[in-house]
Amino acid sequence: MTIVFAIFLLTMLVITAVAIVQSSNLFVSVMLTSIFSLLMSTNFFVLDAADVALTEAAVGAGITTVIFLSALALTATQEKPNRSGRGIALIVVGLTASLIIYATFDKPRLGDPDAPVHQHVAPYYLDNTMEQMGFPNVVTAVLSSYRGYDTLGEVFVVFAACIGVLFILDARTGTGPKYVTRKMTGLRHHLIPQVVGRILVPFIVLFGLYVQFHGEYGPGGGFQAGAIIATAFILYSLLEGEQAALRAVPRSAQLGLVICGALMFGMVGVLCMIMGGEFLDYSVLMENPVTARQIGIIVIEAGVGMAVCGAMLSIFHAFAARSAEDTDEAV
Amino acid sequence: MKLFEFLGYYNYWVFAILLMIGFYAVIAKANLIKKLIGLSIFQSAVFLMYISMDKVEGGTAPIIKPGVVDQLYSNPLPQVLILTAIVVGVSTLALGLAIVVRIKERYGTIEENEILDAD
Amino acid sequence: MDFAQHLPALQVIVPLLAAPLIVLLQPRGFAWAATTATAFFSFAVSIAIAVRILAGDILRYEMGGWFAPIGIELRVDAFSAIVLLIISGAAAISLIAARNSINQQIEDHRQPLFFAAWLLAIAGLVGMVVTADAFNIFVFMEISSLAGYILIAGGPDRRTLPAVFKYLIIGTIGATFYLIGVGMIYMMTGTLNLEDMAQRVVGIEDQRPILVAAAFVFIGLALKAALFPLHVWLPNAYTHAPHMVTVFLAACGTKVAVYVLLRFQFSIFQSFGEHLLQFALFLMPLALLGIIVASLVAMFEGHLKRMLAFSSVAQIGYILMGASLMSDSGITASTLHMFNHALTKGALFLAVAKFATQYADLRIDSLKSAARSMPLTSFAFVIAGLSLIGVPGTAGFISKWQLIMAIMETGNMGFIMVAIVVISSLIAVGYIWRVIETLYAIPTDDLPDDAADVSVKPEKIDMLLIALIFTVAMNIYFGLVPGLPLTLAELSSKILLKVEF
Repeated sequence: MTIVFAIFLLTMLVITAVAIVQSSNLFVSVMLTSIFSLLMSTNFFVLDAADVALTEAAVGAGITTVIFLSALALTATQEKPNRSGRGIALIVVGLTASLIIYATFDKPRLGDPDAPVHQHVAPYYLDNTMEQMGFPNVVTAVLSSYRGYDTLGEVFVVFAACIGVLFILDARTGTGPKYVTRKMTGLRHHLIPQVVGRILVPFIVLFGLYVQFHGEYGPGGGFQAGAIIATAFILYSLLEGEQAALRAVPRSAQLGLVICGALMFGMVGVLCMIMGGEFLDYSVLMENPVTARQIGIIVIEAGVGMAVCGAMLSIFHAFAARSAEDTDEAV
Repeated sequence: MKLFEFLGYYNYWVFAILLMIGFYAVIAKANLIKKLIGLSIFQSAVFLMYISMDKVEGGTAPIIKPGVVDQLYSNPLPQVLILTAIVVGVSTLALGLAIVVRIKERYGTIEENEILDAD
Repeated sequence: MDFAQHLPALQVIVPLLAAPLIVLLQPRGFAWAATTATAFFSFAVSIAIAVRILAGDILRYEMGGWFAPIGIELRVDAFSAIVLLIISGAAAISLIAARNSINQQIEDHRQPLFFAAWLLAIAGLVGMVVTADAFNIFVFMEISSLAGYILIAGGPDRRTLPAVFKYLIIGTIGATFYLIGVGMIYMMTGTLNLEDMAQRVVGIEDQRPILVAAAFVFIGLALKAALFPLHVWLPNAYTHAPHMVTVFLAACGTKVAVYVLLRFQFSIFQSFGEHLLQFALFLMPLALLGIIVASLVAMFEGHLKRMLAFSSVAQIGYILMGASLMSDSGITASTLHMFNHALTKGALFLAVAKFATQYADLRIDSLKSAARSMPLTSFAFVIAGLSLIGVPGTAGFISKWQLIMAIMETGNMGFIMVAIVVISSLIAVGYIWRVIETLYAIPTDDLPDDAADVSVKPEKIDMLLIALIFTVAMNIYFGLVPGLPLTLAELSSKILLKVEF
């Protein structure tokens, strides 16, 4: 049964992708992209990757769509017809496709337990996580300890994106009357979305916090939680308008969240060095290495959550608050 | 199990097809937002390839069930890599969109050929 | 805490963690000072690492205390050390010179974000070099790329935006191709650690996914390295970036991709038997074509920055041509040229930045008689230009000589390649001479009077000029005493060619 479902999902993915590229209405394309992400997320779940499914749903289907939509509001919603460049595209794509199809046939079959991927490094994680970390979610263990350095790098990728968007869109980071905000009233005049949305916001935040602090035991962790909590605030600003949302969480607080998150992660690593271990070797933090790792992981996961949440909010507001007056400088 | 074997390749084929659809959109489309949408499909395809590796027949998500012996778990490592890659993807996308917004403001268009003509 | 033991980690995390601190503390002028101080600290760490390497060490560092391949390992050998010196040296020099030029091009309130991005770029580039983990390379590649897009997007001209967008698209495709390649190797070997991968790939090297992975990794990194004909993003990005960013990126940006490319080719795919030969056969024509075509384009380019950018594409050709010889002397020449070209191109772009303080328009024609008002800068440009051509006594000569020697070893085919090196050097004489001729042109009487006024104003001596003179002096110094880079380059080629990682 699962197999039929999987094949159905994969086929739907292809159909959606074709529809996304075919549609000349950008708004339609973006909405289909959201559906694409949701299908992808379901597919990940079928493939036993619960954590990734959660992330794809929160980041891919949620945040990405919102950012796309706010960019569309500032640019255009209709693609102009253009036929040039198709030939060369087809040649390049054809070449790449033949390479990949060529590679397919020696690949280990899906789900083969004897495949090399399942032999070398992975069993170590599965066998030792319980003993070395004291919690059952292996994905969280690998993410935050065994390969914690990758995760640190990733937090800084998010940080880079955040300062990049602020820099390029020249959004003021300070508070005060200097920056102008579009008079956006949100959906305040639409009663039903307003009421339903208001009820939803606290529950989304609550769920986000659950995902944050339950990440060691079930699917979840800092990334997912950060994205989910950011979604709640974005929903709030859609309902109440830009200004109300910025009063609730001002720009400086959003940026502060990113900086604190990134620094918290980094400082835990530095602390480990000072205590005599390697960078990010949490086991030296306390006498009992297992407890020490757990504490280290909780702190860095909190850092990840804060950084992701703050960055997503900063990015969203940088787009959303870009006032109509700014666009006049077009040459 | 014949059907499972077929799915094994089907996953990789879908990966290849999605990769091509995304790649095609990036190269052939002149609209900058459409290019970025293509880029995100392109990246999603790679996520699918990695996650397809992690599946173990009869396995479950890699959250250890204490006390249960002989339980097979899917491979946690590709999942961790893709968690990272998803966030990297959205970061790149956000930056790309910020540039597109600036391009629209300074050129008045987001079609590549019109931008080329403007300079 | 033992400082020396943590060197590889400090190299990355100091600039990385300094970036958010700079955004946090935003007083005026502080951002530049703090960034420069961090860059100099990074440079000091690179020197300390190089000293350890020259003493015969290989530095290993287990991130998080997890042994490889379970955790991520950092690993620094001679090849990494020379690239680290290039990156942190380029960052230190370009940053200390940057203050006035950046003040001119970036508004005050945007500067903290800009300098934070600069620090992230440094951290990303050194992170790619010190790590010994294939996926970790991807993560730091993305940090450096995103930071690079931000830095370039700081350019004031509106044409910056399409240029940086193109770079973003091509850069992301390159990184994703790399990710596909790494995924396929991981699928077949079950590991991400480069050293471990090199061992486990033995015996399955003829499997299709591995072969295709080699192709994807190669194309992905070639896109990042701007190897001809995949260089289309580079000229516009370099031309429209803020001047000091061009100095930094031209000196080290693409070289890191070349570094990763050579690492993969020579340590992981090296056991493929025929593979290296195929790699060479594929790479050499591209390198040669790149040298000739890019030099010719530079010859007919009217904009000074774009001309130098095309010359950079040609220089990447030289570097990869050395590597494609697959001999000890070839790789030595290639590594040495990375170092020397960073010095030369850095100096040339510093001179461009100095010209830009007085000339708003950087087309070559509009720099007419600039030597009258800016004698020191013009002279520095001449010396750096000679180094680019490869005149004896300059750093450029040493690596070109090494390259020609390496080619001669290959025998009969060599003469064609030597001919190409000589011809392209002559073309370089052509395009550099065109600039020099303009700079030193005697002003004609029909020039407006205000041009004469400019010549009266003495050349302002600032950090930019001092950095420029220092870099030019280094070009001469390493041309006369090439000991340090040459030793590191020779060690690098031994490391790359030996099966022992």
